[in-house]
Amino acid sequence: MEKIVIPIGPQHPALKEPESFRVILEGEKIVGVSLRLGYNHRGIEKACEERTYVQDLYLIERVCGICSHSHSTCFIQAVEEIAGIEVPKRALYLRTLVGELERIHSHLLWLGVAGHEIGFDTLFMYSWRDREIIMDILADLTGNRVNYGINAYGGVKRDVSKEHLQKILKAMDTLEERTKYYVKVATEEITLIKRLSGVGRLTKADVEALDAVGPVARASGVDRDVRRDDPYAAYGEVEFKVITVDNEDVYGRTLVRVGELMESYSIIRQVINNLPDGPINVRVPRKIPAGEAFSRYEAPRGEDVHYVKANGSDKPERVKLRAPTLANIKPMLKMLENYNLADLPIIIAAIDPCFSCTDRTISIKKLDTGSSEIMDWKSLRQYSIDWYRRKGIKF
Amino acid sequence: MSLVYILVFPGFLFLSISGMFLEYVDRKLYAKMQNRVGPPWFQPFADFVKLLAKENLVPGKGKKIMFRILPFFALAAIATSIIYIPVWGTNALFSFNGDIIVVLYLLSIPTLTFFLAGYSSQSLFSLIGAVRTLTQFFAYEVPLFLAFLSAALLAGSWSISDISAFYNHNHWYWLFNIIGFGVSMVALLGKLEKVPFDIPEAETEIVGGTFTEYSGKLLAMFRLAIDIEVVVCAALVAAVFLPFGMDLHPALVFVLFIVKVLFIVALLSLLRTVFARLRIDQMVDFCWKYIAPLSFLQLIVNIIVQGIKI
Repeated sequence: MEKIVIPIGPQHPALKEPESFRVILEGEKIVGVSLRLGYNHRGIEKACEERTYVQDLYLIERVCGICSHSHSTCFIQAVEEIAGIEVPKRALYLRTLVGELERIHSHLLWLGVAGHEIGFDTLFMYSWRDREIIMDILADLTGNRVNYGINAYGGVKRDVSKEHLQKILKAMDTLEERTKYYVKVATEEITLIKRLSGVGRLTKADVEALDAVGPVARASGVDRDVRRDDPYAAYGEVEFKVITVDNEDVYGRTLVRVGELMESYSIIRQVINNLPDGPINVRVPRKIPAGEAFSRYEAPRGEDVHYVKANGSDKPERVKLRAPTLANIKPMLKMLENYNLADLPIIIAAIDPCFSCTDRTISIKKLDTGSSEIMDWKSLRQYSIDWYRRKGIKF
Repeated sequence: MSLVYILVFPGFLFLSISGMFLEYVDRKLYAKMQNRVGPPWFQPFADFVKLLAKENLVPGKGKKIMFRILPFFALAAIATSIIYIPVWGTNALFSFNGDIIVVLYLLSIPTLTFFLAGYSSQSLFSLIGAVRTLTQFFAYEVPLFLAFLSAALLAGSWSISDISAFYNHNHWYWLFNIIGFGVSMVALLGKLEKVPFDIPEAETEIVGGTFTEYSGKLLAMFRLAIDIEVVVCAALVAAVFLPFGMDLHPALVFVLFIVKVLFIVALLSLLRTVFARLRIDQMVDFCWKYIAPLSFLQLIVNIIVQGIKI
């Protein structure tokens, strides 16, 4: 059969963010995929080096629209480690609380997107309706629905009241009931199971070889979770299970995420019941002493890694971050091989991709000559100004 | 007078309005079942008018004449079929022995035009959509034909009006056709390209499928043809499988007809709410493994009943 190449992206209904996949098809079967990253590059790492630590915190929070708290906490942990700051316990608990709320809203969002990708819009509408509950809580708690901005060096910015906590506990009961219903749907609905099980297989050996992280790894039976393996915030003091299944496919990834929802409800209950009294932050000097630190955080999508190098001034020398999606991209290409075109959206969605988090560096490739160059912050800025000037847009 | 029949009632105008109304009912029910608000009643009309006001874009590599005439072809074929289907009684506008075959073939033409439209667009997404349309067509068409023809067999006539009249006089015979009714509902999901069988236009995979390159008036014509297809298919199912109260006053029969059509549309909406989209191979598997044998079972049941009856 003749091979055809179809472009999925940079603009395509299956992709919520621009990224380019060139899929080689034999009939409906995928025989090869090549991926081009870089459509969402915003130069955040470089921008961080030009700004003070306080400004960076807001910038880092905007790496991702969904797991914003993950990135900001991961970054702040690295900076606090360099500065040698002891964060008050209450603040750590509150960071955990927001972190888990974020995980719930991210997983519910994923469940909806997955439903939409396989044409099951009812699941999409239901889970996004429930996600609103979490969004409202987050808005109440922090003032924002996304990009909460609750973290501050040395603690958190806002305290919670008793009423807030009661409200959250009540919401957890509602959501737990709804999630049980989704578990029921996921285990009984026949078209859903048909579409998900056996699709996008990634064996345990593949996970080890390709370094998949988060729910993708746990769905292949790899017991790996930073929250337990390298506890940060208040995770050392709460009881929770790391959900693993041996399905090795998209269905397994669904089960892991739904299972993690249930664990998150339990973590939030424990955090609220054991919330210690005391201050919520300590003062931190604007200038961070020289040093470097490496921080890990279990974001909803997997392990998030930040590296910060400080040089004694109020600006970091170097910031490096690796979002979980980047780690899952190679496994994803492996998963796509030999499946149908119809499975492509759900396989891509199954790693819960966040491409804007992923795009870290950009190398300019000139298509005609094939030469490539790496631009620094200044020339990149100049390039963009010139580009718009040429288009007649003045600013 | 026949010009009025063809253009106004039960012809083109009636079909267009009821088609759009049914699209609204379907969308509203779908939305309600998903905890959403849903569109206002005039949304399908507004969409139609908006599309009419847009310019037609014909792809440069496409087959231009085919690309332009196919929407009208689909619309004409589907609007023609209503004249053989009874709307206000057991008698259709025209009927002859064998018109059920004609109607079933007229109903197949839009599907073929979808295929040709995708092919004429010469875009990758359209091509894949077109191939999927045709693959799916071969999966549901045989069970659909068998279901309707079994009912015709029991009635002893190949004219829809006679079939309708037969079941109306022999009240309980419709019970034998329950399997056929189920089979035809599933096949209709495939024909109307609704979830779980909306594989040819699965937007997350192949953008708009067959209609990816269509825009403006031509797309409006296709949309209208699909809306009318819903009315005609529902009317056909109502005439053959739900033959109740056909000998009342014509006005009452017409009201009953609308109720039946609404019932069928509601059933289709419910089915598309509770299922996820299947893959094309799973769809073909499902149709040949379960739906086709069921329609054969229906055929055998009806042959036996026919034998006992005489």
